[in-house]
Amino acid sequence: MFSYYLSLALRSLRHNVVLTSLMVLAIGVGIGASMTMLTIFRAASGDPIPQKSAQLFVPQIDNFGPRPGAPPQARDRLPPDLTYTDAQALMQAHLATRQAAMYPTIVSITPPAARQIPLQGTARATYGDFFSMFDVPFQFGAPWGKSEDDGHAAVVVLTRAFNQQLFGGVDSVGRSLLINNRPYRVIGVLDDWQPRPRFYDLGQEDYSGADQLFLPFTRAIDAQMMTSANFNCDRPGAGSGWDGILRSNCIWIKFWAELPDARAVARYRTFLNNYAAEQRQLGRFHWAPRVALRDVPEWLAYNHVMPPAVTTLTAVSFAVLAVCLLNAAGLMLAKYMSRSASVGVRRALGADRPAIFAQGLVEAGMLGLVGGLIGVGLIQLGLIGSRVELPQDLGVLTHMRASDFLIALSLAIVTALLAGLYPAWRAMQVEPALQIKAE
Amino acid sequence: MHWVPILCALRHNKVGATLIALQIALTLAVLCNALFIIQQRTAQSRRPSGVGDEASVFIISNRWVVNSDDLPAREQTDLAALRSLPEVADATVSNDHPLGGPVWSEAMLLNPDMPRSGVQSMVYMMDDHGLDTLGLRLVAGRNFSPADVVNRHGLADHAGGTLPGIIITQAAAKRLSATGSVLGHTVLIVPDGISTRIIGIVDQLMSTPFAGNAPFSQNSIILPYRWADAQIFYVVRARPGQLGAAMVAARSKLYDISTQRIITGMQTLSDSRLDAYRGDRGLAFLMEVVCAILLVVTAFGIVGLTSYWVAQRRRQIGIRRALGATRGAILRHFQSENLLISGAGVAVGVLLAIAANLWVVRSVALARLPFLYPLIGVAAMLLLGQLAVLWPALRASAVPPASAARSA
Repeated sequence: MFSYYLSLALRSLRHNVVLTSLMVLAIGVGIGASMTMLTIFRAASGDPIPQKSAQLFVPQIDNFGPRPGAPPQARDRLPPDLTYTDAQALMQAHLATRQAAMYPTIVSITPPAARQIPLQGTARATYGDFFSMFDVPFQFGAPWGKSEDDGHAAVVVLTRAFNQQLFGGVDSVGRSLLINNRPYRVIGVLDDWQPRPRFYDLGQEDYSGADQLFLPFTRAIDAQMMTSANFNCDRPGAGSGWDGILRSNCIWIKFWAELPDARAVARYRTFLNNYAAEQRQLGRFHWAPRVALRDVPEWLAYNHVMPPAVTTLTAVSFAVLAVCLLNAAGLMLAKYMSRSASVGVRRALGADRPAIFAQGLVEAGMLGLVGGLIGVGLIQLGLIGSRVELPQDLGVLTHMRASDFLIALSLAIVTALLAGLYPAWRAMQVEPALQIKAE
Repeated sequence: MHWVPILCALRHNKVGATLIALQIALTLAVLCNALFIIQQRTAQSRRPSGVGDEASVFIISNRWVVNSDDLPAREQTDLAALRSLPEVADATVSNDHPLGGPVWSEAMLLNPDMPRSGVQSMVYMMDDHGLDTLGLRLVAGRNFSPADVVNRHGLADHAGGTLPGIIITQAAAKRLSATGSVLGHTVLIVPDGISTRIIGIVDQLMSTPFAGNAPFSQNSIILPYRWADAQIFYVVRARPGQLGAAMVAARSKLYDISTQRIITGMQTLSDSRLDAYRGDRGLAFLMEVVCAILLVVTAFGIVGLTSYWVAQRRRQIGIRRALGATRGAILRHFQSENLLISGAGVAVGVLLAIAANLWVVRSVALARLPFLYPLIGVAAMLLLGQLAVLWPALRASAVPPASAARSA
């Protein structure tokens, strides 16, 4: 029966090529526009570390105090980073399964080969737990451990791409290079790893930003490497010099803790509250303790990582789909009604109403399928256009996955079926006798 | 105008008419907001930076391999060499540059007793060559003299010190005091903790190109520091017509002096502007594409459905023609019918547009939709409807009266 409907549908679609093309194009354009943005939206809102996102937490401590003059939406927000003092306290408490303080810093690198000129690298100063906490894969070597952290060791982990650039991609473990003109030994090379968004350090280039090398936090502090991200202060610094920066109330250190279950989370929360209360007793804070502990999804939402432009364009592109759906529905209505006569004949020849309805939907579904295929082509075009037009940071999100392809085709068929629902229902109302009389 | 036959005809095509009206409503809602966003983003990307002739000024992003104590001396050597190049008009060293440098902001306070009421401002550190190099226009007071300029090596150097004087923008001056007459006043700069006096006011100097920092977009202060750090920016103004030569000469000169540096970028401010507003222009462009798609789809929807109605009513049209209706009357029938449907569509559409704007305000737009935009949208949609209906209506008016006599 289905194949009969299919051949009927084909014949009917060929009957009025202009109307058919208009309908197919309407569906194609609607799918092309909406799925281009949905593809980007899905890539932008993906979970960067799905296996662990509910076990990784950012602690926040209010070290700035109440800000009555701040705009209302900023007033309740806690400082996004920690002071060096607080980060050190959290590291020393060692209350999480794994924990790592970190900050980004830009360094100069003098490669081993004499003929190469110095180059700039984006480094992350952190603790050895960073790699195991975030399941970072290694191509060569291994992460550094507690002894390197405690020993302020001059070791470095390179990313795969940076190892390619510096050492041609060979196993460079044990080799040495100059960072800010001091010798460091390569201890490991990462395999490909780029969580998107880069949840562990938000604020700049959340989607395209990547570290090139990693070195021990303790070593970076010794070498007075300054952060390359935000350094926020609420009052004149404690003193001058590097020591003044470390002792200041300025925030610049990011901190992550791995807490495997609800009990560990509750325990950590209590610890944070106690810590803030203790700081108040010591006279450092003059306000009631305010702390927070957020996991990865909460942290992404709190920081509004999703670019507003993407949200808006996605909403607008679905408005386009809605217009295309209304459009296709109107055209299908016109087409089905102009065929009343042949429907009447079929009815008179014994086709029952469900059969007419089913045939109408089959025809709509076919339109959807063809429209969807055109739409997939348009999505490629749309993604290329978006890559050119959107900021570089979002350009990395303009790649279609297999699931996007399937969503596009299903959405096209569902759209067409929705559009065909009412026209098919109207078509099945046609009375057999009346049509024969009119002919 | 014969509204009765139009309404009668519409009663037979309720669903089709509703579908068209809804398309028009949705298209209008998106169109108004998209036009508004396009206008805002375009205006944003053309904001003045205060820099005279952006295309003649280029920024050299310089990173020293080692952050050693002799950096201030090395930078002075570099600057002397840059200024002596025949292609270069003037040059200075800075911690930052407008149109894309890092955001270094501090609060400026007239009254040190109210530490949280400061004027958030972008901090530029430049010597007495800064104003000429950037081409900033001094509107009050004076430029720095060489004697005003002080060495500063890194963030933590000079915290809590004093300075002979600073130059601020007019926007920042107006924020400090409603009259803007703050020349000679003493201010405190927090968190640097610098106490100083305002000795000059410049017309404009953009703080940061990013829309997210709009509240202080033109609040800038220039501190008379010879800035030294691992990362610095040389700001260079080329002589007229010598930009390309100046960029080449500057790079090779700097590497001649020392290779213990990484020149990570060299870009004119006009190119920095293009980069800084890429996202804004991109969003505006994508919005334009979406608008074009919507208009075309809606127009074809109207053409398609009206053509069907014409075919369906061929016989009735023939009868009306046979009874004496002119071709113009038939044309007007379909045009009026479309006006009625479009009118209903735009009425709903304006409400939708306002509702959508409430949501858009929270995400990308900076303000409420001005009344002008729905007006433009309504006019555009009514015109679109009339244009789209023209071809089918003309075909209808061409139906000969004799067709009434023939069977359907």
